[in-house]
Amino acid sequence: MRNPLSDTIVNVKPSGIRKFFDLVSEMDDAISLGVGEPDFDTPWHIRDEGIYSLEKGRTFYTSNAGLKELKEEIVHYLKRRCAVEYDPVKEILVTVGGSEGIDIAMRAMLNPGDEVLIPQPSYVSYEPCAVLAGGTPVIINLKAENEFRLTAQELEEAITDKTKLLVLPFPNNPTGAIMEKTDLEAVARVIIEKDIFVLSDEIYSELSYKGDHVSISSLPGMQERTILINGFSKAYAMTGWRLGYACGPAEIMEQMLKIHQFAIMCAPTTSQYAAVEALRNGDEDVAKMREAYDQRRRYLMHAFKEMGLECFEPYGAFYVFPCIKEFGMTSEEFADRFLKEEKVAVVPGTAFGDCGEGFLRISYAYSLENLKTALEKMKHFITRLRNESCR
Amino acid sequence: MREKILTYIERNSRVDLKDLAILLGTDEVSVANEIAQMEKEGVICGYHTLIDWDKTGSEKVTALIEVKVTPQRGLGFDKIAERIYNYPEVDCVYLISGGFDFMVMIEGKTMRDVAQFVSDKLSPQESVLSTATHFILKKYKDHGSVMVHQSKDERMLITP
Repeated sequence: MRNPLSDTIVNVKPSGIRKFFDLVSEMDDAISLGVGEPDFDTPWHIRDEGIYSLEKGRTFYTSNAGLKELKEEIVHYLKRRCAVEYDPVKEILVTVGGSEGIDIAMRAMLNPGDEVLIPQPSYVSYEPCAVLAGGTPVIINLKAENEFRLTAQELEEAITDKTKLLVLPFPNNPTGAIMEKTDLEAVARVIIEKDIFVLSDEIYSELSYKGDHVSISSLPGMQERTILINGFSKAYAMTGWRLGYACGPAEIMEQMLKIHQFAIMCAPTTSQYAAVEALRNGDEDVAKMREAYDQRRRYLMHAFKEMGLECFEPYGAFYVFPCIKEFGMTSEEFADRFLKEEKVAVVPGTAFGDCGEGFLRISYAYSLENLKTALEKMKHFITRLRNESCR
Repeated sequence: MREKILTYIERNSRVDLKDLAILLGTDEVSVANEIAQMEKEGVICGYHTLIDWDKTGSEKVTALIEVKVTPQRGLGFDKIAERIYNYPEVDCVYLISGGFDFMVMIEGKTMRDVAQFVSDKLSPQESVLSTATHFILKKYKDHGSVMVHQSKDERMLITP
């Protein structure tokens, strides 16, 4: 029989998380600090609106780009929270999670040989999406000493004649790093000078703990070269609803819409109705959840300090990214032993890029009780490791 | 700071002060002082335990009683309320807008207990015009806590 597979996809490595997931799922009594989604339920009024839309029989396709009311609410929201203005008709596309937006933006923008700059550690999908879109991923290794922010110098050094697109994943999963306005201004100068585009994945924008999030598209000269990705998963605890959106210049959105139209048709209708409610009446929920995350973030930072574990203070998302280099193990070895010996699951930093070596991603999308138990175990574990190395 | 402390301890008054200080990004002494001050000012009126008595097997009934009154000269609502809330079996007394004046919550061992309270102690009061007693059959949620089921973490253990 002939080879049924595409070489391109066969050559894409499976997610590094997969392996660890299989390991964890064999242990049913493990405590996890490994999830990348909120621990809150979707606020009831939002769920209720979804249910209501079903009762009303709103079970048909919406228009390809999304419900008109939803696109309008997204426009209001972006104006209100990010100080950017988009045209609801030509510049907004409602997608199946932020993930779809990332995929189709790359497919709409890349020609074979185009280089895509991907700062790492970062979310697992940018690199494979770039490859599948025919682009060439070029990794920028972010540094702990810069608190995992992207600097203008790092960007400039990575740019070649073939560079077309920069992925800007802040607030960042897995490091929790943010880019403040001055950081963004510095990279924006390079972006404009070198005439490249930006795919700004701002899915964690509402989870910023050092002043409000700044979108790069709000900087002068940037909106016309930015595809902004956002969604409902993290801010409104709506991961399972699979709903996000992409905004950008009409010329690019038109092509993205084509892919979306043929591959997806439209985002789930129920989710779209729920999302309208989220944007209209969800600010208070977001604020409450943000406050809860912020409290836990402080708690974790404090605990690490007490343990003497090196960790920069992250101001975004719901992750901390402590350094475990002192133990002389790889991230995977550490995570492996931690799981086996203490039954706590954390994700090795290497799941998010090679430069995540020596780090762990620890999620604080958990109740304080859960965090406390896990931290207690972590304390035992690293005390034991330190004693071992003394011998 | 006050509001943050209150928001937190309203849901969990047993939180360790040291933990609370870390969560709110301050130090333990400030939190302790603020709480002591609020206790003194009567902002914090008590620390109670939310109990689902249904699960204990001990018999208890709770009733909500709507009370209509006529305030008399020199005897405003507050004075009448006092005559009601001084009974130890009365749990809450609220002054209410709308069709009646007070909402009284009372806990007794049996329905007869409650009925007796209404007929012997509440109704005979001069200012009380009428009462309507409603017995609570099932508590679904109280003080923000759902009592009928416990939520479980159903997320996958590891996700990117």
